[in-house]
Amino acid sequence: MQDIRNLPAEDSYHEDQELQVVAFRLGNEEYAVDILYVQEIIRLLNITRVPRSGPHIEGVINLRGNIIPIVNLHSKFNLQAAEDEEDKRIIVFKWDEMQVGVIVDEVSEVIRIKRQDIEAASKVYGALEADHIKGIAKIENRLLILLNLAKIFEAGW
Amino acid sequence: MSMDMTQYLDVFLEESKEHLSNLNQQLLTLEKNPGNQAALNEIFRAIHTLKGMSSTMGYEDLADLTHHMEDVLSDLKEGILQADSQVVDLLFQCLDRVQMTIEQIERTGTAGFNNQDLIKALGNVKADIFTTQDQGEVIAGADTIQIASQSLHTISQSFSFDLNEYDLTVLQEAASRGYQIIYLRIAVDPASLMKSVRAFMVFKVLEEDCEVLKSNPPVPDLEDGKFDDTFDIIIVTKQPANIIIDRLEHISEIRVDTYETVDISQLAVQQSTNTASQTTQETKEPSDIKGNQKIKQTVRVDIDRLDSLMNLVGELVMHKGRLEEIGSSRRIVELNETIEQIDRISSDLQSVVMKVRMVPIEQVFNRFPRMVRDLAKELNKEIDFQIEGKETELDRTVIDEIGDPLIHLLRNAVDHGIESPAVRAQMGKPRIGTIVLRARHEGNNVLIEVEDDGSGIDFERVKQKAVDKGLVSSKEAEEMPNEKALELLFSPGFSTSDNVTDISGRGVGLDVAKNKIEALNGEIHVDSKLGQGTKFKIKLPLTLAIIQALMVSVRDEIYAIPLSSVDETTMLSPEDIKLIQGQEVMVLRGTVLPLYRLDSLLEVPGEKQSDEMYVVVVSKGDKQIGLVVDGLIGQQEIVIKSLGKFLAGIPGIAGAIVAGDGNVRLILDIATLL
Repeated sequence: MQDIRNLPAEDSYHEDQELQVVAFRLGNEEYAVDILYVQEIIRLLNITRVPRSGPHIEGVINLRGNIIPIVNLHSKFNLQAAEDEEDKRIIVFKWDEMQVGVIVDEVSEVIRIKRQDIEAASKVYGALEADHIKGIAKIENRLLILLNLAKIFEAGW
Repeated sequence: MSMDMTQYLDVFLEESKEHLSNLNQQLLTLEKNPGNQAALNEIFRAIHTLKGMSSTMGYEDLADLTHHMEDVLSDLKEGILQADSQVVDLLFQCLDRVQMTIEQIERTGTAGFNNQDLIKALGNVKADIFTTQDQGEVIAGADTIQIASQSLHTISQSFSFDLNEYDLTVLQEAASRGYQIIYLRIAVDPASLMKSVRAFMVFKVLEEDCEVLKSNPPVPDLEDGKFDDTFDIIIVTKQPANIIIDRLEHISEIRVDTYETVDISQLAVQQSTNTASQTTQETKEPSDIKGNQKIKQTVRVDIDRLDSLMNLVGELVMHKGRLEEIGSSRRIVELNETIEQIDRISSDLQSVVMKVRMVPIEQVFNRFPRMVRDLAKELNKEIDFQIEGKETELDRTVIDEIGDPLIHLLRNAVDHGIESPAVRAQMGKPRIGTIVLRARHEGNNVLIEVEDDGSGIDFERVKQKAVDKGLVSSKEAEEMPNEKALELLFSPGFSTSDNVTDISGRGVGLDVAKNKIEALNGEIHVDSKLGQGTKFKIKLPLTLAIIQALMVSVRDEIYAIPLSSVDETTMLSPEDIKLIQGQEVMVLRGTVLPLYRLDSLLEVPGEKQSDEMYVVVVSKGDKQIGLVVDGLIGQQEIVIKSLGKFLAGIPGIAGAIVAGDGNVRLILDIATLL
């Protein structure tokens, strides 16, 4: 996966480079992922448990005939899932011909972030976690954690 | 006229491979029987075609090599040269080089091998003859060509071109400048699969010193291959007609049917007579061509398209299942009839699609004679290799996978099985060993056997080896029946050969072969008699895409067990379960059956609600085990889907299916479940 900073912004004629991200909520924290890696956002479907898979694999779903693995980032990041099922969604990410779904508590919005508003993750996190995180975006009063999906998923379960 | 060649690359590659496989076979026949004229002709024809194809595609080094091969072959044909082992070996080497080149073209799009070594060797073979042969032969050959092309002249009469004023002016102009006007009827071999390419080659050859004025059918149709087996052209040139014809006839699959040098002054007159005579000819030709084409109308289809067709049929089968569920749960009588129809149609459709995907096992088998020959030569053994049932058809998914295990088995047979000629003679066996590879259908399976009449398997040595390797204790080995000892052959790292050779004996053959075959839902067994030979039997399903499965329930979860591994099912009451050293077992018709509870194997959450229990008896290799489940749901046709890269390789899970209700169910892999 390319470093987010090197990705061409969609409208490159802007002086200040912008990044489009999908922001979502896991527990009480707000996360964001580059929109280029988001295939679609769907309502919760029946998830079939896959025995003997990793601890953070929730199971698999049938998305129009395709079998898609679902990952539980709550348990991966040690976060408490929201009680309310109503707002929960599955974000299906796609890269390198690989598709993985993630259950999120709520999808907030699609936001444009100026690159100068992104702070390097290493300032806030330790080296290990920083690997999963591309940076922290400050938008008004909110802090969005920009995830490095490839790193998270290639780490194995 | 210009054509984009890239679109022909696939056809070129595919055809070249076919020719190569054919060449290898024919050359083997020739080696066995150096006087076999039919094989020789076939080889000559194939090399000639390869040459033509490569030069059209612009692979000059390939064309050059095949050209020199052709020279040697033509000497063989004329009997100037004998197909002795030196010549045949050289030709095999050349074929290998051709194959390497084609593989490189496939990978990189360019050829670029230096073939000078082989070309020189080919030249040497030829040079040997010329020291003994009279040069006169060659000249005589050239003469016959001349005569042949002259005789064409008398056949010709009828060409039809719609020449307009402008064309006539051009022709007159050309004639006045001393150009000849020649009508040519070019015939393309009706069997040719690259008609348009042949036409293109004709134009390419003519480009050098002729001007093609007109063609019938017009050039765009020729480019698309939209013509019967002949097409007519008018050229203007300063070259004599027979030189041009000679050059055209060097293109493979191209023949100059008739030709005519036209006197411009008679052109107008001739045109009117031509239209008359043409009508008689027309009535004859089309019937001929139609008859030809009806016999073998085939289409080459991209395999991806067949795969997606298969997927669609899979979806259809799935939704059919859903309809059946609705029909039976809602008890809608009117629906039942429709469902039955859909059921019939979808199963017909499925079997048609399956048939389309079937490929003769020949595709895999064809490369073996050459391999066995090379191995035998390397090991100084004499082997008669026979193939039976190569027309047996299998699904492509299986075909792709079966090659490697068979290579292992054949290598084993050549290396360990067949003894050296001296040893065989001593034992009173024929000097030449026999290896038979046979395939046949048996129900929904394909049986493949590899049989040799070699030394057979020495059970005592196998047992000894197993003890040495620590696989069994010496006491176990002593009591072990011979059939059990044969199973040891398939354990990892096992090899009985004392000397490790390049060919086999590293002990990584049979277990790999076995794993592969089991991964294909197949079975492998071995039979052997010491001193008399060994026979490997492989049983494979016809296809891997759609299978019959038994659906079972455990708590709230449902799993599919491939029916091919299910032997039987039975009810189980708690008192039937006995304990032997902590292992649960049951006695089924006098046999002790180890029991494994699926809920604990798969860590299924939840509490057992009812007392009902069933045992699914499955085969794992030669052993039987009982899987304890909560309920049996029924038999179903399922379309296997992969879990994808992300979840690949989970032990016990072979894949997934989408059930009629849209939920995903997992397919159990019995081989890796425990």
